[in-house]
Amino acid sequence: MEVSVENLTKSYGFQKAVDNISFKVDTGEIVGFLGPNGAGKTTTMKIITCFMGSNDGDVKVGGVSVQANPEEVKRHIGYLPETNPLYKDMPVIDYLRFVAEIQNVPKAKIRERILEMVNVCGLKGEKYKKINELSRGYQQRVGLAQAMIHDPEVLILDEPTSGLDPNQIVEIRELIKKIGREKTVILSSHILAEVEATCDRILIINKGKLVADGTASSLRKQAQNKEIVKVTIEDGTNEEIYRSLQSLETVEIVDILPHYTQAFEVQSKADMNSRKAIFRLCVEKGWALTEMTPVERKLEEVFRDLTITN
Amino acid sequence: MNKIWIITKRELRSFFDSLMAYVMIVLFLGFSGFFTWIFGSDIFLVGQASLQSFFGISFWTLFFFIPAITMGLLAEEQKSGTIELLVTKPVSDWQIIIGKFLAAFLLICITLALTIPYYITVANIGKIDHSAVLMGYLGLLFMSASYISIGLFTSSITSNQIVAFLGALFIGIFFHLIFSLISSGFGGWIARLLGYLSLSTHYESMARGVIDSKDIIYFLSIIFAGLLGTELVLSRRHGSN
Repeated sequence: MEVSVENLTKSYGFQKAVDNISFKVDTGEIVGFLGPNGAGKTTTMKIITCFMGSNDGDVKVGGVSVQANPEEVKRHIGYLPETNPLYKDMPVIDYLRFVAEIQNVPKAKIRERILEMVNVCGLKGEKYKKINELSRGYQQRVGLAQAMIHDPEVLILDEPTSGLDPNQIVEIRELIKKIGREKTVILSSHILAEVEATCDRILIINKGKLVADGTASSLRKQAQNKEIVKVTIEDGTNEEIYRSLQSLETVEIVDILPHYTQAFEVQSKADMNSRKAIFRLCVEKGWALTEMTPVERKLEEVFRDLTITN
Repeated sequence: MNKIWIITKRELRSFFDSLMAYVMIVLFLGFSGFFTWIFGSDIFLVGQASLQSFFGISFWTLFFFIPAITMGLLAEEQKSGTIELLVTKPVSDWQIIIGKFLAAFLLICITLALTIPYYITVANIGKIDHSAVLMGYLGLLFMSASYISIGLFTSSITSNQIVAFLGALFIGIFFHLIFSLISSGFGGWIARLLGYLSLSTHYESMARGVIDSKDIIYFLSIIFAGLLGTELVLSRRHGSN
């Protein structure tokens, strides 16, 4: 079931939390929502899940508008809010039963679904405990379990792995990936590595505006139109090599890497390629070129560029 | 309908799990029993086989107890954020509101059902007017429903249970006492209007065993107004501002 957000705008007073955002998520796609605090991620999710209304624009889930028919939309969505609110005075299993009933899970299947969720989310030993007796991580698992109990077509997870231990994070990521093969998943996170590991596509949002949309590698490329290579050369002196590299036509900047011996980072001018020239230079001078590797920009840098400069 | 019942069931369970329901029932039975049988103008002093003194006491005890039941219904959900979970499930705001209303109402029904032994006892002592007793209970139920609806409304406008409790008492006291007090100081249409607005007038006429469509309409209007107010507050989150 696809989710399409069309020109969505939402303001709190004078402040625009979400400013004319449009994007589309297809079935079988896991989309990661990235952005600094207060960028509008949570607000967008709240509008998709019909918790909030928007000032302008619309969200369609499987072609159904959240404004026109919220009840139909809500049936297909599983939602884990950022603060993970739960009825803390209820035992885990009763809580899951309540959610299953309210989500229209057929009576005959409720028991089976609860057991499955308890297994999948690793709640076996805790299922009879009251939720407020559980640790933060276990409460997060309960939150995930309630979001998935009705096997929703669309899963919206606001920071799903917060409070989990590393083992559980890996398990939950695998679970999300598995679900994402057939369902539509939108998740937000502050952890870039997590988004990169789990998501097919990344949306970066800043000050309510969508600033980037693409796969992790395409985002890197997009932000990096200048080629950077790391070069290590034996023979010659640091200074000589530096000067020769700098004199190459296609090279913009050469950096001497401080913790290596005779290693340099060579940045080419925009849309140019210096690798051949560097190789020829070494041949000419009789130096041994022992390493030449392209330097990939980290997603963190891409993120910082996109969200600080605006 | 099914959705409403799911919500009602959960609320009722949480009343009983949190001991709130037991405290309520014990206090209510304690108060009403004490004043009906032992102290003040109790049944033996009055010397009539009627439950008038019980209805008179319950009129006040329920007035104070109902806000305590309703104060958490929505305020607590707004404070803990669970309201976000609830409204993003496939239920309408009305289903949530009516579900919660019914839960509080059923708790009152259970409490009042436990006073039926009073009726049986009195009926065995002397000749009791059965229809008056029935009407008295009906009046209590209507009054309770009205205050639950007001309490639900004040619970929706805040995330602080104390504010919800005091707010419900504040609005309630006008219907319970103040309107009828003021109306005696006026004449003409103002007195009639305030007299009509006073809940005690309608309750008393029912407790005397008289049923009038005017009274029923009055109670239903208050219930509806409270629920509508709650719905307006809840749906404010969809607002475009």
